[in-house]
Amino acid sequence: MASLLFYLLAATALLATLLCITRRSPVHAVIFLINAFFALALMFYLLGAPLIAAWEVIVYAGAIMVLFLFVIMTLDLSPDSQRPALSRGQWAPVLLLFLLLLVSAGLILTFDPASQASVPLFYASPRSFGAALFDRYGLAVEIVSFQLLFAAVGAYYLGRRRKARQAEESS
Amino acid sequence: MNDLLLTGLLILIKLGMVLAVLLSMAAYLVLAERKILGRMQRRYGPNRVGFGGMLQPLADLIKLLTKEDFIPAQADKWLFMLAPGLAAVTALLAFAVVPFAPPLEIFGRQLPMVVCDLNVGILYFFGLSSLAVYGVALGGWASNSKYALLGALRAMGQMLSYELAMGLSIVPVILMARSFSLTEIVQAQASAPFALCNPVAFGIFFISALAESKRTPFDLPEAENELVAGYHTEYSGMRFGLFFVGEYLNLVVLGAIITSLFLGGWHGPFLPPIIWFLGKVLAVAFVFIWIRGTLPRLRYDQLMAFGWKILVPLALVNLLVTGGVLLWLGGAS
Repeated sequence: MASLLFYLLAATALLATLLCITRRSPVHAVIFLINAFFALALMFYLLGAPLIAAWEVIVYAGAIMVLFLFVIMTLDLSPDSQRPALSRGQWAPVLLLFLLLLVSAGLILTFDPASQASVPLFYASPRSFGAALFDRYGLAVEIVSFQLLFAAVGAYYLGRRRKARQAEESS
Repeated sequence: MNDLLLTGLLILIKLGMVLAVLLSMAAYLVLAERKILGRMQRRYGPNRVGFGGMLQPLADLIKLLTKEDFIPAQADKWLFMLAPGLAAVTALLAFAVVPFAPPLEIFGRQLPMVVCDLNVGILYFFGLSSLAVYGVALGGWASNSKYALLGALRAMGQMLSYELAMGLSIVPVILMARSFSLTEIVQAQASAPFALCNPVAFGIFFISALAESKRTPFDLPEAENELVAGYHTEYSGMRFGLFFVGEYLNLVVLGAIITSLFLGGWHGPFLPPIIWFLGKVLAVAFVFIWIRGTLPRLRYDQLMAFGWKILVPLALVNLLVTGGVLLWLGGAS
């Protein structure tokens, strides 16, 4: 039953992602991406990690995608305003990324990290997950949060400078 | 086999009762709101249909069902049709984790009086409340109308901002109860409700809940005098009805969540627990209606400044202080 559900969800996630990158209307693309995140969240739940499933929905589907939608709606990108196909120069990074993906997928399949997992699958009850996150991996969490803080401060700084320059130009 | 059947039947009965009570509460809250607002404005409110207007929700339903279901010509048809359902379903599903009474002993087996006791219950509620934005946003966008789009944009900005304050304000509650599960949070309030232990968190959560449900003084997404009706301008018939039902379901669900998180859930002396629970939910709903009858609407910049510059920092300080006090008391060893 669980494996059947897993394949159903995996197929949904793949299909939604495929639809997401082929839609012309950006709003539809975002909706399919949300769909994919949902399938992913349910997969986490199926693997016995309800906390990660909840965060996936709250952070990715609920917050980040709302921001995406907000920006798309304010920009009013109509489907015709986009270029229909990639030019020749743009294919190179696409191919590079595709190769990278292929290699990493191959590596994962050969090494099979799931069999070497040091923690049991049904490990992620909220309490033990939190304890592991902030106890064992506390330093990594701190580093990541500092990086996010730097990014936020940097974005704020860039935004401020542009505003000041505009004020100079208009004066 | 027979045992399994009986358990399944009991669960089905429970689900049916929850659904019926929730929907009829939402329907009668519409009537209650109109009557209470009427009384506050020194008029009677609806009193023609049935005894004292008691059948008004039924009349409203018949009116909505018999109206033309209109879809604007340039609208995104599928999204336009889906959005109201999304708004109503997310509100309905959110109730699933709210415990409304202590477990009941029936036919020798324990029947928990909650639809599903998730160990991440409160996060489940947050996930659904952040998804509720999509019903509004997509409905407004798909209508292909300026007013609806502006209403949707406002709703998105507002709900995203206040979700942050809301999320931060419940972290102290989780610290005090030491669990994400709403059942355990209610059980942790057996001696004193968290509204008394941590009034700041209660205040922040209450204000954010008001903003999340897009009610006065935060009803900018549907401000009548500038946006016609906001995101549901182009909706008619039962699709509009679904938005409407979703809004009042949200009122019930937020009342239930506030009750479980801060007001001690079904705990209370003398009366049976379910009466206490319903009474507290209705009291919260009444305060929501009262606020609507009293306060004027905020300006949009005031709303954003209040959310980001006052509520979020206050919630962070409150979190720090609560954590410190708990550590000092040795509660979080």
